[in-house]
Amino acid sequence: MNRFAALLDRVMYEPRRNAKLRLLVDYFRHTPDPDRGYALAAMTGALMFKEAKAGLIRGLVEERVDPVLFRMSYHYVGDLAETVALIWPAPHSQVNEARPNQHDRPSPPLWGRDGEGGAHGSTGLDDLTVGAIPPSRPLSRPPLPHKEGGDFGAPAMGHNNPPPHVPSISEVVETLATTSKSDLPAKLTAWLDALDEEGRWALLKLITRELRVGVSARLAKTAVAQLGGMEADEVELIWHGLEAPYENLFAWVEGRGEKPESGNPAPFRPPMLSHPLEDEDFPKLDARDFLGEWKWDGIRLQAVSGHASDGRPVRRIYSRTGEDVSRAFPDLVEALAFDGAIDGELLIVREGRVQTFNVLQQRLNRKAVTPKLIDEFPAHLRVYDILAEGEEDLRALPFAERRKRLEAFVARLNDPRIDLSPMVAFTSWDELEAARADPASVGAGPDADAIEGCMIKRADSPYLPGRPKGYWYKWKRDPYIVDAVMMYGQRGHGKRSSFYSDYTFGVWRDGPNGEELVPVGKAYHGFTDEELVKLDRYVRNHTVNRFGPVREVEYGRDRGLVLEVAFEGLQRSTRHKSGVAMRFPRISRIRWDKPSAEADRIETLEKILERGEKEVHPLEGTPVEGTAQPKDAP
Amino acid sequence: MALRSTDILTQTPQGLYCPLGDFHIDPIRPVKRALITHGHSDHARAGHRAVMATRETLRIMGVRYGEDFAATTQEAALGESAKLGDVTVRFTPAGHVLGSAQISIEAGGTRVVVSGDYKRAEDPTCLPYEVVPCDVFITEATFGLPVFRHPDTRDEVRKLLDSVALFPERAHIVGAYALGKAQRVMALLREEGYDKPIHLHGAMERLTELYKSEGVPLGETPKVVAAERSKLAGAIVLCPPSSIQDLWSRRFPDPVTCFASGWMQVRARARQKGVELPLVISDHSDWDDLCRTIVETGAGEVWVTHGQEDALVHWCTTQGIQARPLHMLGYGDEGEAEPDETAHPPVEPPAHPPLEGEGRSASAIRGGVGSASADEVAVPTPPRPLADPPPQGEDSSP
Repeated sequence: MNRFAALLDRVMYEPRRNAKLRLLVDYFRHTPDPDRGYALAAMTGALMFKEAKAGLIRGLVEERVDPVLFRMSYHYVGDLAETVALIWPAPHSQVNEARPNQHDRPSPPLWGRDGEGGAHGSTGLDDLTVGAIPPSRPLSRPPLPHKEGGDFGAPAMGHNNPPPHVPSISEVVETLATTSKSDLPAKLTAWLDALDEEGRWALLKLITRELRVGVSARLAKTAVAQLGGMEADEVELIWHGLEAPYENLFAWVEGRGEKPESGNPAPFRPPMLSHPLEDEDFPKLDARDFLGEWKWDGIRLQAVSGHASDGRPVRRIYSRTGEDVSRAFPDLVEALAFDGAIDGELLIVREGRVQTFNVLQQRLNRKAVTPKLIDEFPAHLRVYDILAEGEEDLRALPFAERRKRLEAFVARLNDPRIDLSPMVAFTSWDELEAARADPASVGAGPDADAIEGCMIKRADSPYLPGRPKGYWYKWKRDPYIVDAVMMYGQRGHGKRSSFYSDYTFGVWRDGPNGEELVPVGKAYHGFTDEELVKLDRYVRNHTVNRFGPVREVEYGRDRGLVLEVAFEGLQRSTRHKSGVAMRFPRISRIRWDKPSAEADRIETLEKILERGEKEVHPLEGTPVEGTAQPKDAP
Repeated sequence: MALRSTDILTQTPQGLYCPLGDFHIDPIRPVKRALITHGHSDHARAGHRAVMATRETLRIMGVRYGEDFAATTQEAALGESAKLGDVTVRFTPAGHVLGSAQISIEAGGTRVVVSGDYKRAEDPTCLPYEVVPCDVFITEATFGLPVFRHPDTRDEVRKLLDSVALFPERAHIVGAYALGKAQRVMALLREEGYDKPIHLHGAMERLTELYKSEGVPLGETPKVVAAERSKLAGAIVLCPPSSIQDLWSRRFPDPVTCFASGWMQVRARARQKGVELPLVISDHSDWDDLCRTIVETGAGEVWVTHGQEDALVHWCTTQGIQARPLHMLGYGDEGEAEPDETAHPPVEPPAHPPLEGEGRSASAIRGGVGSASADEVAVPTPPRPLADPPPQGEDSSP
């Protein structure tokens, strides 16, 4: 675990892609199988164990640390794994911990940092493993210069009670795959006791599947490819037939083995993503090079179907991150009576009409997929691309060509649950802008409610994994804008930990004691890092009340900060005092200049809501009164 | 009968105030008489009528604000009692930076200790903290959460030296606050046997000279010459935290961004600042030391001035110690950089015109270096610590 932890810790602080790559390649080169394979799986999100829940980890730490102090710390640090790693007290502050040969250590401080001795520096201690090797592991591997845990048999220490056993990443992963839920807490506790801060941090990141150290799956695969002087795509192509710990993959890139066969008849192919279209893009883009489609307000899915070697059909539905979500959509899986891979949007279609995202969310929110749920919220796939047909990989074809193949494919399939996303014809950007402003007028009909803008794709674009520049653009409809007053600031998480970065804002309404602000939403993005620093300072300097991680700021008719909030839509909500909930609210501007009294009133939102009850995305060109109307189109 | 603690010390908009002695401690606004714990700019501000502090702190204030930073100054000798009004005050080392002191106030059999900022960890550049038993202990809580457990500074400095050895072609730019941290890092480097010149940003120069003149050996510390920056491959360069990411530091050969601060313990903090090599070196007490110190003072009552007050107050309560947070503004807020490393909080204008028409008083205060007229004192300019560099570093200043 320690080598992996050290890698993560170094990579995380390294801003430069090439330097990250170098660190990764170096790690893969000097770390034996299966450790490096499991590390690769961790970084590509391919680990199969059931992740440990945050609640479990919280429970463990609260057995040892005052829960109040733990919670305060967590609010401060903003990251569960790191908080626990830092706060985890030495095991011998517990009673009944037999730890002989420790009496020569300095006495533990209140929150001792020692007890980590086994994990630092001394490889002899690191590598001492006592029979925890599952039989599935190959028994002999060539010795490699760097080693981590595992079976390299350092000599036993000269006393009966071994020092804490520092687990290797393989041991952690393999144990998690086989450990029952009830045994997990004890296992985890033992590991946390054995590891140092860095190791604990990496372990917790790993088992909660929240690695996020600035290494994409793509980067990790690129590093593997570089190990053998290959291109990342060569690894990508066979990737989905492979399984951790990828010993055959490493053997192949290192020239020691055959190219692995893709064993999955219905593999996931990384989706192609788009860039938002910015004003400055237009002069550089020629409308004649592009094809247009609607951008549907649903969930991106990839539906793949094939046959196993025994002829059995294998049908899978993947999320855009490659997660197999087939089980959530049995009604859609049924419809995948084809050989190939198609890319499209999950929508709910009732009586031929696409429902809004709000409706789709009601299906996504349910855990159990019952016949009633399927009946009420029938899943539908509106497809816009085809990646493979039969054995043929179509991704290198130009988009226009793939579109033709797709049209024929969907026609042959002839299933009402899968249909084509129509093209939007245009010859100039102005024409497309008009269509985007009023989809119903150019044939979208009642489905216009579920359209959130246009997709623009180069007619000659191949289907490339990731977000390549210059091929696909999304041109979303313009958001609503409302001026609201900041009421509370809350500490952020992750990158923004300990900054007051989440802001609750309110608009005016008539209260029992005159005009009052009522909270209508909370936003935590839309501003730059520089603006965040200013907003954070504003919260700190105008605090009137503190509630744990939340601070109430000054607000009133003559004081307070006005935030211009952009949002995509409104819903009625019983959870909010104001009765409304915003979709995708973000701070579009900070109005340092605007007096609070001039912020918007709840009636402005009510009007949008009334329209939204008929149409979630009211068409542009029919302005809503008040300031809450879509911004001018670019 | 013992006095109540609030008779000895109260909270005012200017900061902590002792009514019986008629003085403030580390006030954030200009006052008639200020006792200053240490020279960091959030504690030691210019514009007070009379200032009492240790000799070193007075020197530091003189360097930062000009010799006329106060109308009168009085040197407080460490360990010696002085009578101020109806109370007895005594300054004792706080181990925070050169000249830093705790201030104990005694009256009617009750002793209140204002610790200022303090640390228990070893520091070759200042006197070690001394525990002062007291009834009421007033503590900071900058690192008042159990996630803060500062590691051995020697390991941190070795991390830096290892990196220097690993990347001899790169310059290591170490962000460190100009007062205290910078000199401590230099001293630690010397203790680890690093004997090459340590290059300084211009903003660090005068305070470093002051440390040297106080007998702290820091070796050769040349000031960085703008034109020579590109030649400093393999060098260690110290600069104020605000300079680690600006243009000034980008001109060095492939700079490695390092930052010496207790905040570096939290990874997100280091990443937010774009730090590649975090060095967990703090001039504040970590959680263990805060708790230990509170216990060792034997205080039955603890006030927490600034930082993570709530957690420390909670801990005191679980230990049966009465505690309350003061939520004092104007001192390093927990989300800012370390208080001694932060941008300086805005100085608000005095709430009421202070000192108007009041004569210079305080018999205990002897005439100091100051010659400022009462008017000048009453309308202070916001303190502008010299340690704050201009945005582009020293080479853009005249």
